[in-house]
Amino acid sequence: MFIPHTDQEREDMLHAVGVKRIEDLFEAIPPKHRFPKLNLPPAMTEMEIMAQLQDLANANESTRDLACFLGAGAYNHYIPAAVDNLLRRGEFFTAYTPYQPEVSQGTLQAIFEYQSLICNLTGMDAANASHYDGATAAAEAGILAYHHFRGKRNKFVLSPAVHPHYRATLRTYFSGYKNIQIVGDENNNSQVSTSDISALVDSNTAMVLVQYPDFFGRIIDYSKLAEAVHTAGALLVVSVNPIALGLLKPPSTFGADIVVGEGQPLGIPLSYGGPYLGIFATKIDYIRKIAGRLVGESIDGNGKRGYVLTLTAREQHIKREKATSNICTNQGLMALASTIYMSLLGKNGMKKVAELCYHKAHYAAEKINAIPGFSVKYNTTPFFHEFVVKTPRPVQDINMHLLDHHILGGLNLGDYYQDLADHMLIAVTEMNSKEDIDMFCDVLAEVDHE
Amino acid sequence: MSEPTIYELSSPGRIGFRYPEPDIPLTPLPDAFVRDSLPLPELSELDVTRHFTLLSKLNYSIDSGFYPLGSCTMKYNPRVNEEAARLSGFANLHPMQPIETVQGSLVLIYELQEYLKEISGFAGISMQPAAGAHGEFVGVSIIRAYHQSRGDDKRKKILIPDSAHGTNPATTSMSGFDVVNIPTDSRGNTNVEAVRAACDETIAGLMLTNPNTLGLFDEHVEEVVKLVHQAGGLVYGDGANLNALLGIVRPGDLGFDVMHYNLHKTFSTPHGGGGPGSGPVGVAKHLIDFLPGPIVTIIEEGTDEIPPLFGFMMPSRSIGRVKSFFGHFGMMVRAYTYISMHGPEGLRKISEFAVLNANYLLVHLKDKYKLPYDRTCMHEFVLEGHWDDADVHALDVAKRLMDYNFHPPTNYFPLIVKEALMIEPTETESKQTLDTFIEAMIKIADEAHASPELLKSAPHNTPIGRLDEVKAARDLVLCCWRPED
Repeated sequence: MFIPHTDQEREDMLHAVGVKRIEDLFEAIPPKHRFPKLNLPPAMTEMEIMAQLQDLANANESTRDLACFLGAGAYNHYIPAAVDNLLRRGEFFTAYTPYQPEVSQGTLQAIFEYQSLICNLTGMDAANASHYDGATAAAEAGILAYHHFRGKRNKFVLSPAVHPHYRATLRTYFSGYKNIQIVGDENNNSQVSTSDISALVDSNTAMVLVQYPDFFGRIIDYSKLAEAVHTAGALLVVSVNPIALGLLKPPSTFGADIVVGEGQPLGIPLSYGGPYLGIFATKIDYIRKIAGRLVGESIDGNGKRGYVLTLTAREQHIKREKATSNICTNQGLMALASTIYMSLLGKNGMKKVAELCYHKAHYAAEKINAIPGFSVKYNTTPFFHEFVVKTPRPVQDINMHLLDHHILGGLNLGDYYQDLADHMLIAVTEMNSKEDIDMFCDVLAEVDHE
Repeated sequence: MSEPTIYELSSPGRIGFRYPEPDIPLTPLPDAFVRDSLPLPELSELDVTRHFTLLSKLNYSIDSGFYPLGSCTMKYNPRVNEEAARLSGFANLHPMQPIETVQGSLVLIYELQEYLKEISGFAGISMQPAAGAHGEFVGVSIIRAYHQSRGDDKRKKILIPDSAHGTNPATTSMSGFDVVNIPTDSRGNTNVEAVRAACDETIAGLMLTNPNTLGLFDEHVEEVVKLVHQAGGLVYGDGANLNALLGIVRPGDLGFDVMHYNLHKTFSTPHGGGGPGSGPVGVAKHLIDFLPGPIVTIIEEGTDEIPPLFGFMMPSRSIGRVKSFFGHFGMMVRAYTYISMHGPEGLRKISEFAVLNANYLLVHLKDKYKLPYDRTCMHEFVLEGHWDDADVHALDVAKRLMDYNFHPPTNYFPLIVKEALMIEPTETESKQTLDTFIEAMIKIADEAHASPELLKSAPHNTPIGRLDEVKAARDLVLCCWRPED
């Protein structure tokens, strides 16, 4: 199977090493604990494990079995066949971090192209090779801001309309820092406006984190907030949905200093929550404070263009305890997937997919709003492909009813916001046909209002 | 010629992927929100396919040859893993679905949790961390939370051997602790006297990689663990080198309190050109309540007729969430497949042959290369890539290996070995491959003396020569195209 040694080879090798038995190589291990008996199921063959895995996979009801109206940070998009086909090339997925540029130009150029695509999509000057996901990218933006002010500014303002997991992760990341104030979302109240956020910004504020489109799907112009943030000398961090940027103004236009985001919508399968892709891009001013890998262009001795990991003095393997982040392994293959996806869709496709999401979501919102008992909240604010609906009955009950009709309903916002009981967050993408949406509305209309 | 970038290949108006026309009435979008331009490339599907195929050919990979990158465990990545993770019922599952619709995945995660706990002797585990360094951050945060829960806030220091991976000290400082460096003794073990001297009521714990980055099993591990525990500290195990220990010894049995696993090293999930990894964290009983969550658990016991219902729980004193959703599920599927295909005897065999392969290389190379610590090694070992009578460096040896069609070992690490070459063959390499590598390494050692220029000008057969790293950092070209260019 995966260990090639024949008995004869094993004997020859043991002889060369100068021991009789393989066990003799382990004499440094305390005898009392050596060779424990592991209580695990016996080995299976490939045929057996695949049958078992198929059974487990079949026990799930996936977004291929259900019409999916669930988003909340992970989105059901079509992935062109070429993406996974190229991703499956062993030359890509069985290599590691490109420490040796002469034999890693494929990975390095792909990361360089990924950085370029992200910069052009977000309007930022520099992007790193990735963080683990949208949540950790947001947390690392907080850490960057903290170190940018040398720890002298200790207030972090979070909009409650940032994904709850991102805010929770940022809090965990800061748990070892002294005297940090994380404000703006403490009350689990969704009703906080950009002017409420502005009012929290002062000369002690290191950064303000907002989402675009926000967690409720709304497209908000953060220009005024950006002015207030910059007047206070703080950094504006914007968490984006990269698909929305196929259509919407990039965050650079309203003054973002750092753009982070979940890259999963860019050709990465839902895969029950991971592995995904943490996007991280900044203005050039912060390039030496950015964490993670960066690839730069250079030349070899013959003047031939090539790519190499650069500014490595920022990273843990050089700086050790003086590094501001410990990131080492990142999401290389997911960054590659997104690079292939964005290359294939290109200027035309990225706009088209964003438009389809936008129009279908608006069609759905209008239809749902017309169902007695249901109403779209915030219907005066523009939204992208996700929106909040007030429901006549608890969301959980409605979702169970929808499941009976093979529909995966939206997120129960009451689980995350104290003022949003009986509110559902609904996502619509290019994957939802008119037929799906109409059926969804028909089933919602059946919900007993009593 | 270099391969052009996607922007250089772009041709205005070219389409690579078509979407269906909208099947619903359109809603106008306010102009104020629409971007003026979308500076992305325009390529055909063949342009894209050919470009990335050509790029892939510029890479060295496990599939193309021997990749003895020390501490990275570049073992073969079984293809069945890739099929498993892509099963539609796994790959198309949304993380926020009701638990009733994802029982297959929850069973898999639950069983993997049980397997990993059993393999390393821990009582609890969280699958959330995304990579090894992320797991370290979780581990050290748990150590802090544990001390805080006892009202013990004097503990500011974490002991770290000087052989440790850079992520250990980086983790320590990002978690708000001070690093105390512990030297290595003459046999390559943690210096016990230095640990004893550092152990007081201000230490929070020790981060120990065992086997360490020299590839040596710490002969004083039990004593070191005991000293730290007696001082009230906790012991963190860096699981980077777990490939040496499967069925050999369980870190939990040695007294480690918390440890991360690297599913992308030990359990064969692919390294992906730099990730994704997966870094679950296991803990001893007294730390279970501090684990990050949510964690998969049985929320309703089954009966004879009905299977148990799996769901999530958040530990009572959890350090919190460390990423969105539940961790790298796709990697969990692969690791689960791998463990299932090995069983207890197969897992032990992995480590036995990883260690045999390393010792086989070591025995054949130690006459030609300086060996700083001459002991039976575990799954890897460290040589010195320099000679007193030859003007070459470890880097030159590394680059010359490329001419012989091998990926170089990790070099210049660990820092405590001069001109280090850290070699980890893994168990999946055959004797023939090892013999060819030995032959190349011996030739290079001879060339270093006879014709050092061959090494210093290497590599000669790669797609590109040594790159000007100073220029890259000075000019900082990080993007191939910007609209204003």
